[in-house]
Amino acid sequence: MIPDRVLRFVVKPIVFVVSLGPVAWLLWAGLTGHLSANPLSDITYETGDWTIRFICITLAITPVRRITGWNALVKFRRMAGLFAFFYGTLHFLTYVIVDRFAGLDFPDGIIAWSTVVNLAKSVGADIYKRPFITVGFTAWMTMVPLALTSTTASIRRLGGRRWNQLHRLVYATGIIAVLHYWWLVKADVRRPLTYGAIVLALLGFRAFWSHSHRTVPTRASTARA
Amino acid sequence: MLIKHVPDIRSSEITDKKLYLNRREFLLAAAVTGAAAATGVLGSEARLQAKGAPHGKKLADIKKSPLSVQGEKINAWEDITSYNNYYEFGIDKSDPSENVGRFKAEPWTVSIEGECNKKGVMHLEDVLKGETLEERIYRHRCVEAWSMVIPWVGFPLANLIKRCEPTSKAKFVEFTTIADSKTMPGLRSPVLDWPYREGLRMDEAMHPLSILVVGLYDEVLPAQDGAPIRLAVPWKYGFKHIKSIVKIKFVERQPLNTWQEQASNEYGFYANVNPTVDHPRWSQATERRIGEFFRRKTLMFNGYADQVQSMYAGMDLRKNY
Repeated sequence: MIPDRVLRFVVKPIVFVVSLGPVAWLLWAGLTGHLSANPLSDITYETGDWTIRFICITLAITPVRRITGWNALVKFRRMAGLFAFFYGTLHFLTYVIVDRFAGLDFPDGIIAWSTVVNLAKSVGADIYKRPFITVGFTAWMTMVPLALTSTTASIRRLGGRRWNQLHRLVYATGIIAVLHYWWLVKADVRRPLTYGAIVLALLGFRAFWSHSHRTVPTRASTARA
Repeated sequence: MLIKHVPDIRSSEITDKKLYLNRREFLLAAAVTGAAAATGVLGSEARLQAKGAPHGKKLADIKKSPLSVQGEKINAWEDITSYNNYYEFGIDKSDPSENVGRFKAEPWTVSIEGECNKKGVMHLEDVLKGETLEERIYRHRCVEAWSMVIPWVGFPLANLIKRCEPTSKAKFVEFTTIADSKTMPGLRSPVLDWPYREGLRMDEAMHPLSILVVGLYDEVLPAQDGAPIRLAVPWKYGFKHIKSIVKIKFVERQPLNTWQEQASNEYGFYANVNPTVDHPRWSQATERRIGEFFRRKTLMFNGYADQVQSMYAGMDLRKNY
């Protein structure tokens, strides 16, 4: 196994930089004209794709750890989850700017209080009106409390048990994110179907595992308590 | 530094010119909206410079048409030929231009069938015989809420229809796209029920704006845009503009077009551009013109209301979407 120090000071930084790859690529491709004729739509789709990929990676850590017994993997779970939130936030902001802001009227010019009000109204109305946006926004919202309580101090404050319970919310994130994707495609559901299958398999594994490894209170644990 | 500049620009100036983003406005937009938006606009700006270079065979003797739109910036060849919905070559916008390598647009025949006196198989040369090619610069509005301005080259569909001598039973025209699985890799997936079919009411088909397109700019139409012959009906959403036509059939009853068959609650037979009737999942009120940052208000019948709205007088457009 890899020594702890190597993991912390070498592997982790590498994984961090690699995880920034997609956003770095988007920036580069956007600035050099390597996206399609509709680059704003590309950015929306790419950030969305990477959000659901990082959600899948986050959900995969525990099953892979159980199967391989490589427990050090858990040290990457927080980072993966925060990257899912990072790409999800970029995805949401892209939508707000490209889909909503760009479609506003600017009766008092762009830099005006009315722009802020109209933007908030436009985003709110859209989330209310369009089901796939409602669902997408919900998926992002479920990640907010998880990102906010991702610090070690939060785990201590909440207590491991309660923190774990709260962070099971990510199961919902996965399902809702797939639903969001499913609802937006025009005809070809193969990609959302693939992500749906991955999320279901990862959640199914958990159900299976907790069923077959039910923790029965032993004398040792009772004694310790 | 960018942020400091913002108050120096009068806001009136920004809104006035918002339709044509120049470098200065791009910087402003960047300052206001952040890097994500900025990358996008820059990308398309770089592309717009590659306008109108020769790529294939030139077409000769093209007449200008008074039916072309005036005063709107025409999209670059690059945009029109790299950003396509042509599912027979794949579902991503870049798939068609990447996957047309084995497609052969010549020799080509169009089969004329149904309620007409001149049934038979026509070679493309015969379809074009006697026709004067016209440049028709049309707005093109996709049902996905993006749009372009495209300099098509073609001739009125009405001319061909008259030559076919439709009978009194011919109330609609049905068009079919080629479905050659050897050269069109997208056909391997059952995304739609191939071959792709579309239809027009007879009066729509005979309308002077309805054209059969064989060219783009002053060149032969590229495969990803529907070579060798496709339809353009600019007041309708893009999916009505059927590509690579191999069959034209005159029928008595309204044909079922492919997208209506796929999802009839989302795509209808008429598919007229209408900002007041939303797609069930997204709004049709605005559109992104390819190459622009700010969204435009979508116009009724895509801006062709004066010419076409009389055909739909008394119809409930909410029902007949």
